[in-house]
Amino acid sequence: MATTYRICPRSGLQFDTDAEKLMRFHAVAGVLSLLVGGIMALGVILTRWPAVKLLPADVFYMVLTAHGIDMLIFWIIFFEMAVLIFASSTLLRCRLAMPKLAWASSWLMVLGAIMTNVAIFQGESSVMFTSYVPMQAKWHFYLGLILFAVGALLICFIFLGTLVVAKAEKTYEGSIPLVTFGALTACIIAIFTIAGGAVILIPTLLWSLGYIREIDSLMYRVVWWAMGHSSQQINVAAHVAIWYAIAAIVFGAKPMSEKVSRTAYFLYILFLQLACAHHLLSDPGLGSEWKVVNTSYFMYFAVLASMIHGMTVPGAIEQAQRLKGYNKGLFEWLRKAPWGNPAFSAMFLSLIGFGFLGGISGVMMGAEQLNMLIHNTIYVPGHFHATVVIGTTLAFMGLTYFLVPVLFKRELMFPGYAKLFPYLFGLSMYIVALVMMGAGTLGVSRRHWDMAFAGAPMAYEWPGAAYLMMGLTGIFGVIACVSGGLWILQIVFSILLGKKLEEGELRSTPIPLTLPAPTTGSHVHPPATPGTLVLALVFLTAFILYYFVNWKYLSSLWGLG
Amino acid sequence: MSAILPPAERIWWKQPIDKLEYTWIAIALVWSLTMFAMMIWWHIYGNQNLANETYKTTKEMFAAKTQAVVDKYTVRTGTAAEKEFPIVAPPAGSDIYLIGRLWDWWPIYELEMGKTYKLHLSAMDYMHGFSLQPQNINIQVHPNYDHVIKITPNAKGTYSIVCNEYCGIGHHTMVGRLYVK
Repeated sequence: MATTYRICPRSGLQFDTDAEKLMRFHAVAGVLSLLVGGIMALGVILTRWPAVKLLPADVFYMVLTAHGIDMLIFWIIFFEMAVLIFASSTLLRCRLAMPKLAWASSWLMVLGAIMTNVAIFQGESSVMFTSYVPMQAKWHFYLGLILFAVGALLICFIFLGTLVVAKAEKTYEGSIPLVTFGALTACIIAIFTIAGGAVILIPTLLWSLGYIREIDSLMYRVVWWAMGHSSQQINVAAHVAIWYAIAAIVFGAKPMSEKVSRTAYFLYILFLQLACAHHLLSDPGLGSEWKVVNTSYFMYFAVLASMIHGMTVPGAIEQAQRLKGYNKGLFEWLRKAPWGNPAFSAMFLSLIGFGFLGGISGVMMGAEQLNMLIHNTIYVPGHFHATVVIGTTLAFMGLTYFLVPVLFKRELMFPGYAKLFPYLFGLSMYIVALVMMGAGTLGVSRRHWDMAFAGAPMAYEWPGAAYLMMGLTGIFGVIACVSGGLWILQIVFSILLGKKLEEGELRSTPIPLTLPAPTTGSHVHPPATPGTLVLALVFLTAFILYYFVNWKYLSSLWGLG
Repeated sequence: MSAILPPAERIWWKQPIDKLEYTWIAIALVWSLTMFAMMIWWHIYGNQNLANETYKTTKEMFAAKTQAVVDKYTVRTGTAAEKEFPIVAPPAGSDIYLIGRLWDWWPIYELEMGKTYKLHLSAMDYMHGFSLQPQNINIQVHPNYDHVIKITPNAKGTYSIVCNEYCGIGHHTMVGRLYVK
């Protein structure tokens, strides 16, 4: 059971050796999934770009299925497992619970990921990420997902076990750090998510093997989204934790209020799950009362929580900067922020994009009646590219720049590209998300091979603006794919060939966390954050305007009742 | 001292909350409740609410009901790409049935502006997506469920019904039509 501990000379963090190896394993598995998903993204984007239309229909749907699964499930959850291990063992400076089980679970996840990918690329499981019944995939498509989920579930339990170890062995004092609290939120949501996945995927596997005759399509959608949407809520909890972490690492920022931030996370635990209803607002058979209560996270309490995080993260940065003397006017703290540090610029672009593009659009389309305007249009992927790519993926990528020297003990190669990358990738994804939402507002379908309807007896002609926006999706999508590909190359080169950095001291016992005695400084009233409040009010204004513009649009439609 | 360390104040839940932070929380709460109220308000005063009237059905039963309407009210036959489609003009207020199947919407209806019809939607095989263009009304269509929606067209013209739920290799050819006169 003996493990060793390394103190990183660059960050002061202490790594349990097992935990460190597992984090590297999951980060690498995640980035490899991102690579496959990214190549698929290029296929998708070059086919949906009307002037290019690269792939034939059958290949397109196969590639689109692989893109969804590799990105939304494998890349993100592998990386999140690394985050869970980091937030428990590393931040609490303790040993990892049950390292052997952790390794077995990690390999199970890899096995599952490979199995599902094999099923997809064999070509008979082009059922999309959602695999809606009665369309059927091959049995190993479902089995791979189940194995992956079981592995992830076990690592969630190892995370919880590690919290117990840290408490029992007294490696920290007081309460767990806010970032660990955020990871705990993500873990609780993940357990719920995986339970939902098991409830629907196990019967679906049995159905694909012929043991169950029929699965009801509406029941499938209701239960599947308990997994499908909630898995994206794990991301929200995880990337918000990373925002706090990067603010702490780069600025030494202290949360404005532990109470407020933790309460906001607690609201996520209570209410985020209800949002699986977002996908069912235009379905038959469910009552309006059910739709209204669930789609609004019971009175928008999870939106409230996100709006709180959206203010307290930049607020904490503003306080830290003002304490350093950047006090001029409303925005000197922001102007003088380290915009050349990719961990910061990625995190800040992630925060702004997630709020303005992903957040506002998500709430708009999650309103029961407004959903009819965009259900199944390309607006929906526009929205979730803002949340999952700009929000989650960009935050993860920014954190990875920090992990290369700290976790992989290598010097980052091509640092010039690192400075540029968050802007190149982030801003091109901003445009992709916007033009996809624009095309979706005009009605263009998602998951659709040909917007010109080649071969249809009664084709519909989309307005020219829709073609223009799909063309722009193509151009900026390619820029995003290429810059993301270069990021992968940069990380892979750095961890294989980068200059080796000093390991740091290896010890056989952990050094518990000792907090400096509260300085007099912490009793001084922290500076006010007027700049952040102004940003928040700009956000709110955009939110309110966009929200009501869509109600106006809805009111012009045919009467429905 | 920072978010990656345990809170410096052991009794962190008794720390006072910053005034601007409080202000923002209050604003955000009011906005959240406003959005919640908006959906309920629209149910009472708005004209576009998706009906939830739904029945379990079978493919055979739904196809038979559709056929009956087609037999009774077909006014002429349209041809598109060598396929014949009945054009059906039922009287205002009647029940009209629309089938989504691989890969067409059947039949073609001709409705009157300003009149209300009870549109029944169901699918014969996979799920399909009813996407009325250029209106942009989008509704999920399930097999074995009969979804009844009261529709009142408010403008004359030729409308298309695009399928926007992925339904296999010919998905992009699944476009239907609807006339309002």
